[in-house]
Formats: sequence, C-alpha cells, structure tokens
Amino acid sequence: MDEYLPELMRRLLDGFSMTLFLLGWSALFATIVGTMLAIFRVSPVPPLRAFGTSYVNIFRNTPLVVLFILAVEGLPTLGVAIPFEWFAVVTLSTYTSAFICEAIRSGINTVDPGQAEASRSVGMTFGQTLGQIVLPQASRAVIPPLTSVYIALAKNTAIAAAFGVVEATGQLSNLIRDFAPFIYPSFFAIAGGYILIVAVISGIASALERKLAVVR
Amino acid sequence: MVAMDSVQKWFGKLHVLQDIDLQITPGEVVVVIGPSGSGKSTLCRTINRLETIDEGVIAVDGQELPKEGKSLAGLRADVGMVFQQFNLFAHKTVLENVTLGPIKVRKHSKADADRKAHEQLRRVGVDDQANKYPAQLSGGQQQRVAIARALAMEPKVMLFDEPTSALDPEMIKEVLDSMVDLAKQGMTMVVVTHEMGFARTAAHRVSFMADGRLVEENTPNEFFTNPQSDRAKDFLGKILEH
Repeated sequence: MDEYLPELMRRLLDGFSMTLFLLGWSALFATIVGTMLAIFRVSPVPPLRAFGTSYVNIFRNTPLVVLFILAVEGLPTLGVAIPFEWFAVVTLSTYTSAFICEAIRSGINTVDPGQAEASRSVGMTFGQTLGQIVLPQASRAVIPPLTSVYIALAKNTAIAAAFGVVEATGQLSNLIRDFAPFIYPSFFAIAGGYILIVAVISGIASALERKLAVVR
Repeated sequence: MVAMDSVQKWFGKLHVLQDIDLQITPGEVVVVIGPSGSGKSTLCRTINRLETIDEGVIAVDGQELPKEGKSLAGLRADVGMVFQQFNLFAHKTVLENVTLGPIKVRKHSKADADRKAHEQLRRVGVDDQANKYPAQLSGGQQQRVAIARALAMEPKVMLFDEPTSALDPEMIKEVLDSMVDLAKQGMTMVVVTHEMGFARTAAHRVSFMADGRLVEENTPNEFFTNPQSDRAKDFLGKILEH
C-alpha cells in the first residue's frame, strides 16, 4: 500500500496529462477541419461538395482502430516520422472531423433557408452569408450534437493505448500489471478520471447553450 | 431596367416559366397577378437569380445576370427584394438588419450606415423600433423593416414577392401604403401580389400569368375592366365577385 498510493498518483497524473494532450490537440484540429468540411458541403461549388461528402463517407464509416493501424503502419512508409502520440492526434483528428462536419451541417440545416436568401439578396457573398447570418444562428443548435462528438473523442483517446501511447488507459494496464492486488482501486481511479473529463465537457456545453439562448 | 427574353424554366417535368418576355422601363411599376402555382413568384425570384433559369436571358440595367460568385452578389446588391415571410435576420436588431448590407457590401462606415438606416426606417414609419429584435415586432412592422433594409442598399429595382400574403388584414394597409409611396417616388418595382387594390392604384402595368405563361399585359384600368383572354376573365370573375 505504501508503495502503491504514490505510484498511483504519479501514473494517474502522467496518464491523464497524455489523455488531455491527445484530446486537446485532436479536438482543435478536428474542429478546424470539420468546420471547413461542413462549409464545403453546403458551398455552391460542386467539387468542394463532392470532396466533403467523400471525406465524411470514408472516415466516418471506417472503424477507428483500422485508421490507427493505417496511420501507424502506413504513414512511416511515406516517410512520416513523428512520435506515437502525434500519430494518435492525426488519426483521432481525421476520424472526429467527419463527425464534427456532420454536427455543424445539421445545425446549418436548422436555419430557415429564407435567412440565407435574404442575405444573398442584399448582395452578401457566400462567405458573408455563412459568417454573418447562418453560422451565428446555427451555433446554438450545434452544441448538443457537438458535445456528443467531443465526449466520444475523449473516450476514443483510450484506443491510443493499444498503439504504444501511454495515456490513462495505458497506465491502467501498467498499474494492473505492477500492482495486481489493487485492480479495483486502479480501475475506479482511471474510470473516475474519464468521468470527470466528460463532466467538464458537458458543463461547458450547457453553459454555452444557456449563454446563446439569450440571443434571440 | 429589367429585360427578360425567351426565359424558360423547368422544375423537373413541370414547365414553370414558358417563353417569358418582359421589359420593364426605369420608374415603371409592374404588378404580376395570377392564380396560385402560375409561376409568378418564380418569375420574380429569377430576376435576382434566387432561382436559376434553364434558357433565355435576363438582364438588369443592361447587364446580363452573372452565373454566380462576386459579380452575382454585386448585381443582387442593386436589386432589392422583399419576401412573403419577411426573412429579417432573426439574431440582429432592426437597425442591424438595415445597416448590415450597406456596411458589409457597400463598405459604408457604421456611422454613415446608421444615419441612412434611420432615414429609411423613418420613411416606412418604424424608426422607433430600431433597437428591437424582429421577433418583437408585428408582421406589418417586420415587413416595413424588410422594405427599409432593401431600400438602404439604394437599389435600382425593387422586387416584391407577395409582400402582404403573410399579414393580418389590418396590417396589409400599412405595408401597401409604404409601397405606394415608393412607387410615387419613381422606384422601378416588380410586385407579385393578390392585392388588386394596389394593382389598380399604383401599377403602370398589370401582367397576368397563368400556367407558366404571361397571358396578358395591359394598363390596370384596361385589364380590370376589359380583360382580353378567357383565362384572365375567368380569374377576375373568381376574385372580384366577393
């Protein structure tokens, strides 16, 4: 016990630092790429629409583990040499951006088409119509589906454990290996960490939703 | 000002616009009437290319409508549009609704745009509502804001797509009054409407549409008292009896 507790704390900290690293960077890249894809999918330019649709169909329909294998085994053959955790960020971002795209597109679809027509008829361009009229009104409708996507992402970071990234789930395996009698405390500590992360994401989401609700 | 030449449009198999030829001179007020589904709204919406056409040519102020992109946006800035459902920007105040185009499209300063917006809002009698959101206004007030929003762009032509069809009866007058004022001031207007009173008092010309065709065009007086086509006689017979 004397040896276990400090070691648990250290590995919890290490593990969740890596989990948050994966979550933070993947969420950032996935949000940027996903927003661009959503704009492609509603744009008036057919090749951009086709690109957006194909991207979503390919990456949303492929199991995340398969994408991990592709990144870890495939990218090095193309000369990409980066640390394992960045392979994980690339994979998670690629996969999650497809879901972000669809969440944002569903929000765009909740805005009355008359809003965009009125915007175009005062002479605003596609970009202005999107930025000034459609996206601000879509933002509130987008929050619940986006929250689900970020929560799924937080938990999907655990898959990186199977590909040599020692994040929280990886630390759980190590703890069980090194301290077999303490399997339940280790499990509850790690699971509790994930629950806390998801609770924070949900909390931010409902605060945002309340804030945006006033604008109307 | 507006020239439509042999315009054709299909919605799938439905031939919604058939051989439309329409010339509108500057300052002219043309009222388009006809039964539901005759294509009159579609016709109105093709003039700023909210609806595309399949054949023919539409030109505004001598310039053929660009297909898309910035040049199309530029042309739309010169064509004001008022919708049946008002379509005010729901997340912006009345004042912001009116200034958005002048600031973002015409690149006017905010102070300039504000001043001109208040002028337009006064013109249609809703300046006291400037800081409210659209949802806080009555339908008639919203539609007058929509007119002010279009006017703030200083358009060459104004299109009205059934501007009073979504309004309670007592609010129709206030909107029509604003439109009559506008007509008197020499604005070129295309008005799709069921308001025969407006057609009689403000129109220079009535275009009667049925089944995708412009069946008959005449002065309001001639059209209402002495329609030529059977289709127009039938239509007027139905609407003027009550």
